[in-house]
This record gives sequence, structure tokens and C-alpha cells, in this order.
Amino acid sequence: MNGIAVLVAAALAFGLVALAILLWSLGSGQYDDPDGDALRILIDDADD
Amino acid sequence: MAALAAAPAPAADLSRYVRHRGDCASVEIAVRGARCANCIAKIERGVSALAGVHEARLNLSTGKLSVAWHGHADLAWTIIERVKSLGYEAFPFGAAEALDDTHMEGRALLRRLAVAGFGTVFVMGLTDAVWYGGSDMTAATRDLFYWLAAAVSVPATLYAAMPFFASAYKSLLKRQTNMDVPIGAAILLSLGLSLYQTVTHASHTYFDAAIMLTFLLLIGRYLDFSLRNHAQGAARHLLALQSILSRRFDFSGNLETVAAADLATGDRIFLAAGERTAVDGVLEDATDADLSLVTGESVPVTLPKGAVMRAGSVIMGRPCVLRATARVESSLVADLARLLEAGQQTRNLYVRLADRAARAYVPFVASASLAVLAAWLAMGADLATSVTNAVAVLIITCPCALGLAVPAVQTVATGRLFERGVFVKSGDALERLAQVDVAIFDKTGTLTLGTPELVDADIPRDVLEAAAKLARASRHPLARALAKAAGTGPVASGVREEAGSGLEAKGDGVTERLGNATWCGAREVAHASELWFRTGDNPPVRFSFGDRLRADSADTVRALESRGLAVEMLTGDAEAPAAMSAKKAGIAHWLARVTPTEKAARIAALKAQGHRVLMIGDGINDAGALAQAHVSIAPGSAVGVSQLAADMILRGDALFQVAEAVGVARKARVLVLENFALAGLYNLIAIPVAAFGLVTPLIAAAMMASSSLLVTLNALRLARTGP
Repeated sequence: MNGIAVLVAAALAFGLVALAILLWSLGSGQYDDPDGDALRILIDDADD
Repeated sequence: MAALAAAPAPAADLSRYVRHRGDCASVEIAVRGARCANCIAKIERGVSALAGVHEARLNLSTGKLSVAWHGHADLAWTIIERVKSLGYEAFPFGAAEALDDTHMEGRALLRRLAVAGFGTVFVMGLTDAVWYGGSDMTAATRDLFYWLAAAVSVPATLYAAMPFFASAYKSLLKRQTNMDVPIGAAILLSLGLSLYQTVTHASHTYFDAAIMLTFLLLIGRYLDFSLRNHAQGAARHLLALQSILSRRFDFSGNLETVAAADLATGDRIFLAAGERTAVDGVLEDATDADLSLVTGESVPVTLPKGAVMRAGSVIMGRPCVLRATARVESSLVADLARLLEAGQQTRNLYVRLADRAARAYVPFVASASLAVLAAWLAMGADLATSVTNAVAVLIITCPCALGLAVPAVQTVATGRLFERGVFVKSGDALERLAQVDVAIFDKTGTLTLGTPELVDADIPRDVLEAAAKLARASRHPLARALAKAAGTGPVASGVREEAGSGLEAKGDGVTERLGNATWCGAREVAHASELWFRTGDNPPVRFSFGDRLRADSADTVRALESRGLAVEMLTGDAEAPAAMSAKKAGIAHWLARVTPTEKAARIAALKAQGHRVLMIGDGINDAGALAQAHVSIAPGSAVGVSQLAADMILRGDALFQVAEAVGVARKARVLVLENFALAGLYNLIAIPVAAFGLVTPLIAAAMMASSSLLVTLNALRLARTGP
């Protein structure tokens, strides 16, 4: 029973961390310009 | 006047576009023409190099350049000038609020999707354990798992399914049912039933079904949203480009640049050649103007002093002064925008296939559920069992597959059309396109290329060369067409342009004139699409111009007819050119000299006869007809208002995509109906199973997932098959 408690808590924590990271990336605008981001990789720019 | 025209445009007051935060100012600029990595680098570096600018970022998806800098708001003008000097069109972006709203909607949907995805995985982990290990599990462990599942799935589902609840509520307020009513009911009921079963230590719960349902449906909803958003972004961009800047004389007689929205009645506006008017007004000088936005015809018209010029006209001759008689919002262009809005509203009355299915579906499912309840009670079962089975019927018949079916098909269809150069603005436009039985084409700019072209082949090369030397000095479309026909070459020196008449050059003591019949002393009836050329006292030579048909116009008409559509042509042009174009394109039914109102009236008449009309047009004179038609397509060269009014926009010069779009739309409709049939078949099996109380959560989940998968796979067939 203790094993289950630990495992469930760990699974929930992992899931929530992943969710938090996804929501953060969403909030920081990483999905705002898919067309532009696809092309930006082609720009030769050392300081960017 | 000439000196004024040559002077650079003075800085405009752009403060209403500039946002301030501390000592940091920022502005959003709509940029048109940027398409590649190079463009991004060029624009961002060019703007960043300006003193004070610390951030410049171009969003290629929305076409917006965001710039932030330290210092005065005036820099906004310099930034726009810099982007223009790099070779792109740039305008301050006014409609920031509207854009932000949609932007937030998209992010909110993604957030809900993320939460639902997380919830699905987590809850499935818990319930799968019960399904497969249930026999080895103590009742206490099972209850713990269910409580954990409830703790995650109840808040996650309620949060993620909010769009469905909101839409169902709105629909119920109007005393109607849409797809979201059974969806919302199924989600709430399965959560409620599962909580009840958890409390009563029952062996089955549906927490996983509720959250998985929400997750799958949100995918469909997000597909639908991106489809709409992608298209509306282009439309909003056009609107932003209409926020024109104007130059007016202030009290002391100096020119100042103001936003078009700030122009007042009575303002004297200075217009150089090539500038577009933002308001209706009266001319204080004679000039040539391109009224194509108003009339749809591209040949410029000479306007005398005192003539009324409508908003949207472009000055082609001498610089002039216009006295404003209306503000921007009461000018012609704004009137048209309102007309379009009215058209959009009537179009909103169209009921989507999915919602039409829902209207038949909801009463059926509700009565089936009630029948099950009554039957179980009649057979002497206790209330809890009877209600559980009745609710199970509602849950398992939830139109999950339907919610995914239509957006999946439409996303595949629009994606495929996009590759072929057709930009579809909304999913229901495809549904409407599949129903059309009459296609109406505009002539100028739609069936034809819309730009005049020299048609006389028997003009001696040296005469053409001599005339082209003059023509190269002018912006007049006919002169340009002449210059194009002659190719590159020298320009005559000392060319003088007389507005409304023509060009004159005095070289080697011989006067050369290029212009209309009177200007060159020809004694023939003046015709709009011809130029005369005279050297000294020689008899004048005539150059005739025609509007060339698009290369694939005839093929398109044939293809549409072979798909069973009746094709007509309506044009504002005269009979003779209309007859010629119609013959070449193979159109038997056509009308010439049709006013914009008559075009719309013709469509209304066809509608009254029960026809579904597809309108293809490009000019502002077509905008009313485009909005009136069942579905409409505008070529990419169309004016902004027409692109706004149309449901689909073509890229490139070809017209054949119209026929392709009809084909894809019909195929999509067949697939949607197939998907409905698949979903119906699934219910045929599911309802009896649920009615006899045999549904376990495992069966529910398997059926839901498999039917969604089946429907999506069926949609993907559209991407594979030929046109």
C-alpha cells in the first residue's frame, strides 16, 4: 500500500511538471509564430 | 504643385498607434511581402539598427512586426519608412484589440487541450489498473484509485470542456440544440454518475470516458479554430492595410500628415500621383483617376474640377487637392464594409451539417434513453440500476465521432486546397460550395487578367518604338501596356503630360504626341481603350488595347459545366468586349452593362428559383454580389473588400482552382456523410449494449476511441485520392 502511495504521488508529480512546462511554453509565446520559427533556423546569426 | 509632390512625405503623428510602458515605447506594424528567412533577417536587422530600438521581431504567421524602443513616439514614423525602404509595404496596425482576442482564444484552447491530455493519461493509468488488475485488488485499493481519478478528472474535465458547456448553454438559450448539447450532457452525466458510483463503492466508473471524450473533442475544436483563424488573419491584415495616412493643409497652409480616421469634413487633402483617397470629396483641380475600386474598370477616367471623387480612387494624373465631403466612416468604402457585414449575417443563417444532424439526433437519443429507463422500471429493476443504464445510453451515444468527423474532413480538405492555391476562410464555406449548381463569373479581372494589353499586331516596329519612348514616361495603364509591348528602351526627353489628354515631347523640332483621339487630331469616335500617336503632321496611328482572357478560363468553364454547374457571366463592361470574352471562355449566358446592384439582384433572383449560386469576382462592384451569393471566390488580385467578402481566395493567376475546389468540396461532403453513417452504425450497436446494462467502462472507452479513429482515417482518404 505504501508503494502505491509513493508511485501514485510520483506519477502525479511527473505529470504535473510536464503540464506546467507545456503551459509555460504556451504562455511565453513559443507557439505564436510557427511559420516564422520554421524559417528562423536558416538565418545565419551569431548573436541571436 | 510639382514641387510639393516631389517633397518627401513629412512625418505623421502616429502617437495613437504607439503604446507606452515606462520610458519604453512600442508599436505594431503590419508588414506585407515578407515570406522568407531572408526577409525576417533583413527587416529585423534594418529596424534594430535604428538608434534607440532594442527589440524588433517579425511574426511571419500574423505578418506583424513588433518594435520596442527607448525615446520619443516619433520614431514610429522612421521605423515605417525604414521598412518601406527595404522594399516591403508597412502600415501601423490599428486593430490590435481584435487580434489579441483571437490570439487569446487560441491559447486558451491549447491550454485546455494540454490539461485534458494530461488528465486523460493520468486517469487512464488509474482505471486501466482497475480493469486489468481488478480481480487481485482489494475494494479499498479500488476505491482509492477511483477517488484519485475523481480528484484529477473532475476539475480537469470541467475546465477543459468549458467551450462545449458555453456553446450548449448559448444554443439552449435560443431554444435550439447543436452538437454541443448532447456532448455537454454526456460529459456532465458521466462525471455525475461516476461520482455516485464511487461513493456507493460500485465496481465501474466513467471518469476516463469523460476526460478522453473531452480530449478527443477538443482536438476537433482546435482544428476548427485554426482553420478559421488562419483565414481571418489574412482578412484582418487587409483591414489594417486600409488605415491609410493622408496629407492635408493645416490652418497656415502647410501640409501635415494625419491618420485617415482624423480627417474632417471640409479638410483640403493633397493627393500626389499614385495616392489613394481615404474619404469622399470634391476635386479642386482636374486630374486623371483610377476608379477601379468603385467601378471595377481599370482604365483611368478624367475628372474635371468640381467633380465628386469617391473614397478608394487612385490619382493617376497631376497632383490635386480634394476637399473632403465625408469622414472616413461615412465614405463609400465604409458603406461597402457595412454591406458586407449584412451579407455575412445572412450567411450565418446557414446551418452546418453537423448541427443539422444534431437537431435530428438529440430528440432521438433522449427518447431512447427515456425508453430504456421506463423499460427497466417496468421489468421491476430498482431505480439506481434503471437510471444507471439510461445514463449509460446517453454517454455511449455521445456524438464524439461526429464532433471530430466534420473538422477532421474539413481540415484535410482545406489543407489540400491550400496546396493547390485556394485559401478557404471557413469550414462551412466548403459545405456550401458542395451544394452549388450555378456559377457566375465577373469579366474584368476574373475571367480576364484585368490589365490592358496591346492587341494590334500590324503596327510597324519603328512606330511602336517611337511611341514607347513617350509611353515609358507615364504611369497611365494604357501607356504602360504600350511600353510593355515594346520592351525596354530609351525614354524621350522633355515629356510633358497633360491630364486627361496625353503626352507630348518636342525632340529635333518635331512634336510627337501620344494620347486620346482629340489630343492627336484624329477624327474618329473616341474610345476608352485606345491610344493615338502622331509625329509632326503625319496622320495619327491608332493603338488598340484589349483585356486578355486568363489562360485557363475556358478550361475552367468547361470543367464546371462537366460537374453539372450552369455558368453565367455578368459584367459592367460594354456589349462588344463582353460578347468577345464570353465567346472565348465558352459562356453562353451573359449580361453586359450590369450595375453592382443588378449583379446582386440577379443572384437574389436565382436564389428565389431555388438555385445555389457560386459567385467569382474581384472588383469592389462585385463585393455586394459576393456577399449575396451562397458561396463566393475572389482571385488573389481582387481588391481588399472583395477578398473580405469572399469565402475563398485564389493565389496566383490561374482560375482552374475554382473547378478543383468544387471537386474537393463535393468529395469532402461525401466523406462527412460517410462519417455520419459510420457514427450511426456505431450507435446501432452501442445503444442495445447500453440498454441491456452490459456497458463496462472498458467497452465505452474502446468504442469511443475506435469510432474516433475510424472517422479520422476516413477523413484522411481525401488527402490521398485524386481530384
